[in-house]
Order: sequence, then structure tokens, then C-alpha cells
Amino acid sequence: MSIFWALLRRELASFFFSLTGYVIIAAITLLTGLSFVVLIHNLGTDPSPMPVTEMFYRTYFFWLIVLLASPVITMRVFALEKATGTFETLMTTPVGDAQVVLAKFFGALIFYLVAWLPLLACLFTVRHFTNQNALDGGTVGGMFLGIFLVGGLFISLGCFASSLSRSQMAAAMIAFVLGVSLFALGFLAEALPASAHWQTQVISYFALFEQMRDFARGVVDTRAVTFYASATFLFLFLTLRVVESRRWK
Amino acid sequence: MIEVSNLTKRYAGRTAVDDISFTVARGEIVGLLGPNGAGKSTTMRVLSGFMPATSGTVRVAGFDVFHDADETRRRIGYMPENNPLYPEMRVREYLKFRARLKGLGWKKSRQRVTTVMEQCGLGDVGRRVIGQLSKGYKQRVGLADALVHDPELIILDEPTIGLDPQQIRSVRTLIKSLAGKHTVLISTHILPEVEMMCGRVLIMFDGRVLASDTPENLQRRMAGGSQIIAEIAAPEAALRAAWDHLPEVEHFDLVATDGEFFRCALTPRDGADLRATIFALAQQNRWALRELTRSRHSLEDIYMQVTRPTTEAVE
Repeated sequence: MSIFWALLRRELASFFFSLTGYVIIAAITLLTGLSFVVLIHNLGTDPSPMPVTEMFYRTYFFWLIVLLASPVITMRVFALEKATGTFETLMTTPVGDAQVVLAKFFGALIFYLVAWLPLLACLFTVRHFTNQNALDGGTVGGMFLGIFLVGGLFISLGCFASSLSRSQMAAAMIAFVLGVSLFALGFLAEALPASAHWQTQVISYFALFEQMRDFARGVVDTRAVTFYASATFLFLFLTLRVVESRRWK
Repeated sequence: MIEVSNLTKRYAGRTAVDDISFTVARGEIVGLLGPNGAGKSTTMRVLSGFMPATSGTVRVAGFDVFHDADETRRRIGYMPENNPLYPEMRVREYLKFRARLKGLGWKKSRQRVTTVMEQCGLGDVGRRVIGQLSKGYKQRVGLADALVHDPELIILDEPTIGLDPQQIRSVRTLIKSLAGKHTVLISTHILPEVEMMCGRVLIMFDGRVLASDTPENLQRRMAGGSQIIAEIAAPEAALRAAWDHLPEVEHFDLVATDGEFFRCALTPRDGADLRATIFALAQQNRWALRELTRSRHSLEDIYMQVTRPTTEAVE
């Protein structure tokens, strides 16, 4: 366990002691800020009973941030170590492959969550200047649970992409393409009419928008939680297999 | 300490290491010598447990490097080619991180980091960022990392590459100081390095081990081709007669130089040392003797000789 903490600390340090880390945080903060401007504008023009978090979600900056930030955050986790050769020094110490994969995943996930914190400030600003009912703990909690779960999925996907390549650029592109594909499946799930056909049923699980809208409303659907958790697990498992593959290649 | 038997490593379509076997005893410093692409790094990667062998077995301290990976990794300090480090970390922080990864407790790692930093002369750069250090210091950080968990076996892949002569000397001294307590396996393509540091040399070429012996023995083995040079002032006929009469002289050449001096190049039988005999002969005949040397084959000649036939066959 202490090895895991040492690895996780090093991952976090590599994010927070590097310029790229702060560039990513600045970019996410900028996008969050833009969404805040749009949010304030909407609040002013069209009064609605929606929770503020759902209104934020409806600005669609959310998906832009997730789709753009996750590949950039995760691109270096394996690719950089492979390119500089530190992967070799890392893997010849008595650390387990699973420990390495998990430390890298959680390092990136924690960084991703920290980058989302400015949103909390935006939401509380809204709460401060509007009536108190527009925002309650439940909706904010649901929103951040959604951010956490969606982030877990996209970060694990990015880790997988990074483990495939020695080039950070290639890793980011693979992650972006995979992420956009997943996103497109969400559109498909939205567009397809409900039917008993098994293909449609399967696709309906990829209804990312609906699930996230529920989270933003403060509705926690266990089906969505299970979907995100198992998809995250799947990509982490694939990453582990790729890391292990040097043993049978 | 190391037992390699019938190790073969194939990459897609290319055999990097071809059925090699060797053993290294505890406390030895062994040099793995060979040109680039001979399979040295691949052998070391398999030994360190980074990659498995295609076939054959490798045992370190009695453990199989593939099946008992954790046990062997704890016993090996490995510095790969080009000494990869995390450039954004500080020296002390990096070494502590590495010590923790290698399973040392918090207190123990602090203690060991201090020890190896002293041992490798890193005492005054502990707080510097690795990326800003000179290459010599970086190399020492790599060495300190390999030593930090006090491993029984240290594997160093080209530890002196890219350093200036001063730095090479200090790294060599450091490696030599490890003899006895640790077993060391070094790869290099620089010959004098092996002669200076290693108790034994394995010459690798094209994925195979061509020779394995002490540097001295290798030289002795080649001494059959060595020569003795003597410059003597004497009548030519007398010199020829003298060499003809010496049974140990297999072949000789005479070249007249300035004055009455002749430069004689003698090839002794079975590498015998004729210098004393020649001196006695000159004294007896009152010949002036102004040079008497034995040209020894350097490891370089041996290396060239061992690797040449295959190179030509390939070409």
C-alpha cells in the first residue's frame, strides 16, 4: 500500500509541479467561466424552475471540457514514461502492474477533479446573489458525482490510449477519437426510439446526456452509476492488459 | 549469483540474443563487451526482469527472474541505457521515491538515501532539480538509484557513455569500490573501461557470447601472436646466426636502422618471454642494446580478432 501512495504522490506532483498542469487548469477555468457568463445571461433573461446545476449543464460547456481536457490530462501518463525510458526503471522495481495503473488513473482523476473546483465557486456565487432555493446540497452533490463518474470513464479511456503509444500526441488523439465516439453513441441513444430490440437496449445504456442531466438535477440513478463504474473498470482492465503485454510480446 | 542458460530473445522477426549461457559468481565485476546491437542491452533487460526471454532460463540469486519477479527485483539494482530519470524532480526527492518503490520503509529509505548520496558524491546537489544537473551528476543520480536498496546484484547498461574523462574516472572509481560487496554486471563498448574495472569479460557479438575470461587470460591466449622488438648494434650475420640458434624463436625480421643498429622483430614460440635471454646474449657478445620491448596484444586486438570473421561473413 505504501508503494501505491508513493506512486500516487509522484503522479500528483508531476501534474502540480509542471507548467502543463497549470495550463490545463487555466483552460478549464476559462471554459467554466464562459459557461458561467452564459448561465448568468440565461438566468437573467428566462426565468425557469430548473436547478442552477441543470442550467449549467444545459450550456453544453460541460461536454466540451470533458472531451477536450481528459485526453490532454492523460496523454502523458504512460506515453511520456515510455518515450523517456523511465517506464523501464519503474517496471524493474518490485511494484505490481496493477499498482502502477491504479496510481496513474487516480492521479489523473484527482487532478481532473481539482480542475473542476472553480465551478463550485461559480455555483456559490449564483447562490449568493439569487434566492437560496436555486441551489441545494443535493443538486450540487449530484452534479459533482456526475462529474466524478463521467471523468472516471474518460480518464480511464485516456489512460488506455496513453498505454498504447510512446507518443503523447498519438495518445491524445486516440483518447479524443475514443471519447468522441462514446459521445456520438450518446447522440444515437438519444435519437433512437425506445424498443425491445436488444441492440437498442444496449445503446440505450450509452445515453450519456440523459444520465448526466439526471445527475445535474440531483437524481442519482444506480443504473447510470453502475454503467460508469463498470465502463471505467473495463478500460482500466484493458490498460492493465496492455501494460502486462510486454511480458508476452 | 547469475545463471543464464540457453537464453534466447527474439523480437518480431529478429533474434537479438541467440542461445547464450553464462554464470557470474557472487562479488564479481563482469563486463559485457560488444559493438552496438550485439544484444547487450537485451540481455540486461531480460536479467532485470523488464522483458521475458523467448526461451531459456535466467536465475538471479537462485530465483527465476520471470516467475519470482518480485524476489529478484528486490535483489537487483538496474540502470538502463541512457539513464532515464524524472527531470522535474529534485535529487533527494527522486531517490527517496525510488527507495519507497523498492520497498524500503520511511525511516530506512531516509537513511539509505543519505548513505548513497554520500557514496556517489551527491551531497551538495540534494535539493537541485534533476533536469538542471550536468550529465555527470545525472549519471551519479542513476547510480545512486541503482544502489539505494543495497542490492546484491547491480546491472549497469553503459554507465559511462557521454561523460567527459574526468567524470568517467569518478564513475569508474565508484564502480570499482562496489567490488566484493556487490556483484556488478556492466555493459560497454569501450575497451579500456573493461580492462580497468572488470575481473572478467564476456565478449558478445551478434547475439552470442564469443569469449569469456579475465582480461589477462584473454591477452595471454592471444600472446602467441605477440612480438619482441630488440634494437642491437651488431654484425648482421652474427645476429641472424644468434636468432637461428635460439630454439624459442619461431620467426624473425631484421631491419637496418641508423649506424650499426638493427631492429629485430622476433616472434617467440608459445608466447615465451625472450627478453632476459636476449639481454644475456647481448652482454655476452658485448653488443650495444638500446631497446628491448614486448608488444602485448591489447584487448582491442582480441576484440577485433574475435568479432572480425563474422563481420566479414555478414558483409
